[in-house]
Amino acid sequence: MKLLQHRLFWPVVTLVLLLAVNAAVNSSFLRLAVRDGHLYGSLVDILKGAAPLGLVALGMTLVIATRGIDISVGAVVAIAGGVAAWMIGGSLVIHDGVSTYVSRFPMPLAIVCALAVAALCGAWNGALVAWVGMQPIIATLVLMVAGRGIAQLITNGQIITVYYAPFFFVGNGYWAGLPFPFLLAAAVFLVMAWLVRRTALGLFIEAVGINPAAAHLAGLPARRITFWAYVFCGLCAGIAGLVVSSTVKSADGNNAGLLMELDAILAVTLGGTSLTGGRFSLAGSAIGALIIQTLTYLIYSFGVPPEVNLVVKAAVVFAVMLLQSPEFRRTLAQLARRPLPAQEATR
Amino acid sequence: MTAVPTPVLQLAGITKSFVGVRALAGVDLRLHAGEVHALMGQNGAGKSTLIKVLTGVYPADAGTIRIAGEAIRPRSPLDAQHLGISTVYQEVNLCPNLSVAENVFAGRYPRKRGMIAWRAMEAQTRALLARLSLDIDVTRLLSSYPVAVQQMVAIARALAVSAKVLVLDEPTSSLDEEEVRRLFQVLRRLRDEGMAILFVTHFLDQVYEIADRITVLRNGELVGEYRVEQLPAPALVAAMVGREIAARREAAPVPLAEGGRAALVELRGLGSKGLVQPTDLALRAGEVVGLAGLLGSGRTELARLLFGLERADQGELHVRGAPERVDKPARAVALGMALMPEDRKTDGIVGELSLRENIVLALQARRGVLRNLTAQEQSQLAEGFVRALGIKTASLDTPIAQLSGGNQQKALLARWLATKPSLLILDEPTRGIDVAAKQEVMDEILRLAGEGMAVLFISSEIDEVVRVAQRIAVLRDRRKVGELPAGSQEHDVYRMIAEES
Repeated sequence: MKLLQHRLFWPVVTLVLLLAVNAAVNSSFLRLAVRDGHLYGSLVDILKGAAPLGLVALGMTLVIATRGIDISVGAVVAIAGGVAAWMIGGSLVIHDGVSTYVSRFPMPLAIVCALAVAALCGAWNGALVAWVGMQPIIATLVLMVAGRGIAQLITNGQIITVYYAPFFFVGNGYWAGLPFPFLLAAAVFLVMAWLVRRTALGLFIEAVGINPAAAHLAGLPARRITFWAYVFCGLCAGIAGLVVSSTVKSADGNNAGLLMELDAILAVTLGGTSLTGGRFSLAGSAIGALIIQTLTYLIYSFGVPPEVNLVVKAAVVFAVMLLQSPEFRRTLAQLARRPLPAQEATR
Repeated sequence: MTAVPTPVLQLAGITKSFVGVRALAGVDLRLHAGEVHALMGQNGAGKSTLIKVLTGVYPADAGTIRIAGEAIRPRSPLDAQHLGISTVYQEVNLCPNLSVAENVFAGRYPRKRGMIAWRAMEAQTRALLARLSLDIDVTRLLSSYPVAVQQMVAIARALAVSAKVLVLDEPTSSLDEEEVRRLFQVLRRLRDEGMAILFVTHFLDQVYEIADRITVLRNGELVGEYRVEQLPAPALVAAMVGREIAARREAAPVPLAEGGRAALVELRGLGSKGLVQPTDLALRAGEVVGLAGLLGSGRTELARLLFGLERADQGELHVRGAPERVDKPARAVALGMALMPEDRKTDGIVGELSLRENIVLALQARRGVLRNLTAQEQSQLAEGFVRALGIKTASLDTPIAQLSGGNQQKALLARWLATKPSLLILDEPTRGIDVAAKQEVMDEILRLAGEGMAVLFISSEIDEVVRVAQRIAVLRDRRKVGELPAGSQEHDVYRMIAEES
């Protein structure tokens, strides 16, 4: 009974169900193999594939907890990827008869710059929401639209291809047998979980999200907390942007991170964090990202044609959402029990 | 009084628990046609819960509800309304952006050939309001009328569904005397027409003015049902509290030697354009200063200005002799101030957070994000206050929104006491709580002042200010008009308010 009431119960059930269906459809789904010291298999693919979305969803969780929303994260993913790809680029240099690719700027500098630009995007959003007092969806809509343009400016309207091999590690590398993007997302998750539960940050964010006026009156820097939540969300999107551009070894201002904001919001919601703000669950959002990735995997393994892919996804998400709604479950339970009409019941 | 008539409404053995806390235990209630019945009890006695069970907001765990002998089980307020039970709540729950007539008929507009029959609707609304001797333009928006009129509209709505039972949950708390008098006229007329009226209030004198019988609850249990003449006020209070309350403390405040002590907080011409005129006020450790004035005189605004919720654009604020700029509450808290806001729900509690988290919030805010109180430290702190202030709760992890109003108020007090403030500002701390709890609050204020805290006490009930304050600052039209010493009487305050106006 207690297990049933745990906030992560339904998200976990959903994920397990999806994995089970995957396993039923594809007999090799659960198989894991070690090759060249790396772990291979569908499950590893899902962990790797879910990493960018997971990163974005983690940042989004904090913003949603403060009663906000950030629909510019997809554009920020493209901007960060664009900055990194442009700064690294790579040109063929022949040195002592050996041809190597050399980056335009040192890679660490490029990564720092990309993340700084992403954090700056978050700061812009945060300032509009916290100090200007704009509605979050409108404030971030500005950057959602303009951000694509900025990304195009950075990439000069082209798809920038990266030739500098060390950069590929971010999206494709392995470390201790596990895919690096997954480790990156896990590290961000652990740092956040520590910050949120071992400092008072979690309490402050929830208080601001539930009742900003009361939080302000109790002496909390409500605006500053909101501002930093957006900065952090931008930063997370920036990390995701690095992973995405590294995975595909290029930066596409038009399509990188497209509609990712919606998947991220969906992941947060699937994880049991309410869009009205307040109580939030980072673990829930991580599970939400895994659910979405597993679902995508399932749809592909069913061989659904790409044209109707989104419709199938929407249908499954709808069913999952219904299952997770307490109202819906109560109605189902009542229908199953068939209550007697009031008069008979009292007699 | 020969034959006992069947009650219109009869509740028997109503029991209701919320996650471990028993809110109602076997409560009975009888309501006869043509009577006004007062439901009395302290905060947390179970009045609200009983009304919510009766009107179908919560299902009862056990017990029966009968209307005219017929067992019913209301599933929702709408269902209860169909069964003849209408409720008018403390906060008017109508739609301010609809017209008066639309509000009265919302959800069941009279129709003619599929179209809404506006004329008929307006005529019927006028007829209904005429029964309440109210003659207003029913096509205007509800929000263009004062609360008292809105309340009448709510009653008219209740009448329109031909209610047999009318439940009024603290209808008078936001009305002035004249409006209360008119409401009572209406209630008497409805009673004489045979309606059964259940009336919940905190004002004892109103009970004796209007009620025929009284049912008293305490700690979720029925104390008894009395005819009003059998239960004089002291007996009623004793029944509610469960003990004879100590004779009212008279002239407890002792005047302080003037200028004997340096001011802890001093306002020198502090003001804000359009909000509060420049004000001088000194607050000293161990002293209770009352802030008296009529509604709109600037009491709350002055408190908000002092606490940094509003920005001062003139004058100075000195704390412990040093000039300070308090432009946000965090700064005020850092200087040792605490403010219990007037509106507990919107400015006070953080509803979905637990009682424990609500209690530690201000202290944690003051310590900053990094110097985190561990779960154990939080629990110890909260536990201590729960015991010291007698907060009733199932556990420390219960969301504060589930606590009763009085217990929420105590939890907010605990939140501030945890920061060990040197100045405590209380804005209407006694609003909406019953007599015994009011006495408790005032005793607590005097105790805190006795321990050396400076207290600024704001109340619209001038008798309370006079009783508890050692010095009274009187406000009128957003301006301080003077100060009165301890031992002043209510009429002294009124005279000062009335002077020069």
